[in-house]
Amino acid sequence: MNKIWLIIKREYLTRVRNRTFILSTILLPLFFIGFIFASAYFSISSTEKQKVAVSDSNGIFKNSFQSSDLISYQYPSDVTADNFKEKGYSAFLKIPENYNLAGDSISLISTKQLGMEAEDKIKDQINDAIRNQAFLKNNIDKKILDSINKMNEDQSYKFRTVIKQGNKTEQSNSGLSYGIGYGSGILIYMTLFIYGAAVMRGVMEEKMNRIAEVIISSVRPFQLMMGKILGIAAVGITQLLIWIVLIVLLSSVATSFFSADALQHAQAINTGIGAAGNSTAAMNFLNAKSTFLSANWALIIPCFLFYFLAGYLFYASLFAAVGSVVNEDPQEAQSLMLPITMPILLSFIIMTTAVGKPDAPISVWGSVIPFSSPIVMMARIPSGNVPVWQLLVSMLSLIAGFILTTMLAAKIYRTGILLYGKKVTFKEMGKWLFRR
Amino acid sequence: MAILELQNLKKYYATHKAVDDISFSIPEGSIFGLLGPNGAGKTTLLRMITGIFYPDSGEILFEGKKFNPVDDIPKIGYMPEERGLYKKMKIGEQALYLAMLKGMNRSDAMKKIKEWFVKFEMESWWNKKVNDLSKGMGQKLQFVTTVLHDPKLLILDEPFSGLDPVNSNLIKDEIFKLAQKGTTIIFSTHRMEQVEEICDKIVLVNNGKKILDGSVKQVKDDFKEHIFKVGFDELPASFSSAAFDIVDSHEKSFNVKIKDGNRPADVLQEFLNYNAAIVSFNEVLPSLNEIFIKVAGRKES
Repeated sequence: MNKIWLIIKREYLTRVRNRTFILSTILLPLFFIGFIFASAYFSISSTEKQKVAVSDSNGIFKNSFQSSDLISYQYPSDVTADNFKEKGYSAFLKIPENYNLAGDSISLISTKQLGMEAEDKIKDQINDAIRNQAFLKNNIDKKILDSINKMNEDQSYKFRTVIKQGNKTEQSNSGLSYGIGYGSGILIYMTLFIYGAAVMRGVMEEKMNRIAEVIISSVRPFQLMMGKILGIAAVGITQLLIWIVLIVLLSSVATSFFSADALQHAQAINTGIGAAGNSTAAMNFLNAKSTFLSANWALIIPCFLFYFLAGYLFYASLFAAVGSVVNEDPQEAQSLMLPITMPILLSFIIMTTAVGKPDAPISVWGSVIPFSSPIVMMARIPSGNVPVWQLLVSMLSLIAGFILTTMLAAKIYRTGILLYGKKVTFKEMGKWLFRR
Repeated sequence: MAILELQNLKKYYATHKAVDDISFSIPEGSIFGLLGPNGAGKTTLLRMITGIFYPDSGEILFEGKKFNPVDDIPKIGYMPEERGLYKKMKIGEQALYLAMLKGMNRSDAMKKIKEWFVKFEMESWWNKKVNDLSKGMGQKLQFVTTVLHDPKLLILDEPFSGLDPVNSNLIKDEIFKLAQKGTTIIFSTHRMEQVEEICDKIVLVNNGKKILDGSVKQVKDDFKEHIFKVGFDELPASFSSAAFDIVDSHEKSFNVKIKDGNRPADVLQEFLNYNAAIVSFNEVLPSLNEIFIKVAGRKES
């Protein structure tokens, strides 16, 4: 036990002291947070006002377009598709003469893209205008139409989904659970490969340096294998925890900056002054933040750590076994890894279904069977409707699974690590499994 | 007392018998040569002695008791033929790590490492990485890490391969010193000539089987062919005798084989009668290499 501890310590320290580890651990969250906030920031602040010249010779759309902080509509008579740029407009909206509502097309001409938001807004306003025109044409009273439109604006309808379990109800957000499920599924998928490959490379290094034989004359092969696996597991957990802490810290710093900004806008709305566009973006951001916090993190984070660790243990020993039979040729590693990478890839595919349909049979089975459960179960948990018994069965069978894979892999490892220069077939490895 | 005793050890692989019913014992404090060509089964044998492999059948007794890897491994130091060190680890840390894996505590290990580093003039290497060392330096480090924990039984598989004569002698001296202090040394090699000057006792293996064992002197005596080398100032002209045959003639010497029933003195007498100018007379013992070729050939035919 003392010796395995020495091995774990060495594996851990040599990796944690490594410059690449330090850089990737610190830079990744910075990059991640930076990316999110940069895109949020630009969506709020980069609102360049677009001046659109409308050519509406028949006056059908007169007064239908409302200028906002994003777009201002003007109806100059001397502007054409050829000279709108020189006159200082960023786009020219051409409504054909004798526009008959059904067949003709309206075209928006600009020298460069206006941006999705601006284009959408213009399209919406045209649609609204056309619909209003159609109602009026069919003899609907203008007063009634106005009152309907007004109702629509005042009480922009509210929709919410609620989960009811027994007498406990909570608000749910399927978009959010989709996102969290997908995110944690991908994260486990990636870490399985990253840390699994690290185990494999470590074993290959020891075999090729021939240090394995020196060490195996001091400790049991199983101790060497487990020491490496557990040492790298500790590295993985360290890295994940640093990422979680850094992301929480950085995002709280950044949100406090954004919240102040958003509050100003909220006050601006209350006092009735301008800037409606800005404040909706900021409000959206605040809403997103509060929904994000509404997820069941107390369940998700411990489950994530469990499935990360147990899933890693399930596959790491298999990666170690592959590393032990590989000789100098990296190509060999590729083909030997196939039986390990296939189930991981398959789990990923099941996971993409499971985030959308957490209760489909394939999702349930995938989240219980050990080889895919680490990835698939994490996709289901955020949805909040995984029965406790399924979670327990999944966890217990994963634990049993990794004990089994470790035992089998140890048998291959024990023989493979001392076998030089010989290409090993799967058939031979099968024989090793049943040897004393 | 025998520190190590092997009884009918067998280890079979799917395609061949790597070790096929080998028994011998190694007296405590001796330098013991395990000889045989490449692929004879030496490494498999050593791996069983170091607890890396389990024998298929047979018994290993260590200090008179059944060999128990967990308890006995710390008393053994093993330097495998294929040298191995972590290339990116600092030398001092590496030595400390390997010593602690053998069960030493940190302070004892540090003391020992410093002692050996001074002895081998390696003090300045502490923070270097193995990558920065020459091959010979690596060998020295490997040797040091093998003996740090004062093993009772030291197993060296081809310890001199790749070493220059200076370092070779340095390590040879240390091997002798350790033997004088009571360490038993198993010295495995396919280069028989190295063994003659170092080992007290040898075992010869081929194709997984033991072909002979005994002390170097005794083995040579057993295989001597009564050949003597007679050196002259000037080579006598054609010469024939009832007491011996000339098997080989060189520029200034004859190799003669004494016929049954004659003594070396008879040879000398004949030459003296002839008035030959003898300057030297000594027995030619077969080299272990010759013995090996002879024995291995006999077994095969």
